[in-house]
Amino acid sequence: MSAVLADYGAGNLRSVCSAFTRAGAEAEISADAATVREAPLAVIAGVGHLAACADGLRARGLDDALRERVELGRPVLGICVGLQVLFEESEEGGTGLGFLRGPVVRLQARTVPHMGWNTLQLEGELAILDGLDGQDVYFAHSYSVKPADEYACAVVEHGGRLVAAVERGALAGVQFHPERSGAAGARALRNVIAWSRNG
Amino acid sequence: MVKKRLIPCLDVTNGRVVKGVRFVELRDIGDPVEMATRYSELGADELVFLDITASVFEHDPIVELVERAALELEIPFTVGGGISSLEHARKLLRLGADKVAVNRAGVERPALLTELAEEFGAQAVVCAIDSKEISPGKGEVVTHGARRPSGLDTVEWAQEAVVRGAGEILLTSIDADGTREGYDLQITKAVSDAVTVPVIASGGAGTVQHLAEAFEAGAEAALVASIVHEAPERIPEIKRELKEAGWPIRI
Repeated sequence: MSAVLADYGAGNLRSVCSAFTRAGAEAEISADAATVREAPLAVIAGVGHLAACADGLRARGLDDALRERVELGRPVLGICVGLQVLFEESEEGGTGLGFLRGPVVRLQARTVPHMGWNTLQLEGELAILDGLDGQDVYFAHSYSVKPADEYACAVVEHGGRLVAAVERGALAGVQFHPERSGAAGARALRNVIAWSRNG
Repeated sequence: MVKKRLIPCLDVTNGRVVKGVRFVELRDIGDPVEMATRYSELGADELVFLDITASVFEHDPIVELVERAALELEIPFTVGGGISSLEHARKLLRLGADKVAVNRAGVERPALLTELAEEFGAQAVVCAIDSKEISPGKGEVVTHGARRPSGLDTVEWAQEAVVRGAGEILLTSIDADGTREGYDLQITKAVSDAVTVPVIASGGAGTVQHLAEAFEAGAEAALVASIVHEAPERIPEIKRELKEAGWPIRI
């Protein structure tokens, strides 16, 4: 199984790449639209601003490659800002790719960023989080997605309920960092690999 | 809810982990990535690597260490020490550091915090503050391995750093550091009350009770050094004791 991490020109993807390798996948980083379009699994990872991620993807034609995958039902996973970019308008500025409906909003908690380990609560069935209900994973973010449709979600509590993960068929995303979430994160990545094979 | 974090700090010089008392009397205690991996396996929530020689001698910080740590570690890590410019910080973040801790460079040029936050997000930007007590709950920011007073009030600088873009404050009491007599709770509380980002209490941890006191004062995380370097197997024990005392802790 091989995963291709979409290289949109910002952020560090090597940690995520290394974590996929530890989880048993062949992983590579590529900015080539055809490679991203054809891979068994495409991953959008990274941190920082949604606008930088979305613009970087568009500048390389990776947005169309990903859109084609989504339309064909080929597995796409977003991690952190990569989850946010699957959605629409962001309060931070910029517009996501709109594969999933809803805005990206600023967190309203006493302490922002939401930084540290928090407990996943599964609402509905998510293949990518199989066995991870009640497990702690690592978050580091100031913005959060607000799905407008009913997707299978996992949530955490931080000044209210935040979406920690979304899954709709072969399209999924996680707000936390599986590559930095110890054994629970490694399990999530193994789930992702299995999910992408079945999808 | 988000868990309180236990963060071992590895002071690094010339590629080795060292520990000193009040920034002097350094002793070699091991290889940074080996120690970090062990701490991670034992349940550390996060790690900090501080190149403690960097701001004195102005050499490059721990590039090779960051590369290794990024690929091998399964928990987040922060790197700090002598980060002098946007290019410098960018290099470390692109190599895989989850966060950079900016100390003196932020004091000298606060816009650096904004530039980093704009490029990498506030969650990647830690403002490290070394504070020397003036009176209980009031401190002055010091730099250059605690040798140079800056004239800045600790609480005011912490607030400005957050406005500028810092997503976390790593607050070290120079007076308490290395003493094992407990964190400076007054300054920890003063800063935690004054900012909306997480505060990591640092300097003085000697017992589990000290960590609980830091959380009580409002810290989201507690930096530890001596107490875990000398007995890493204490990490799970410390976390269990904190959890039993009612703190939200990842086990």
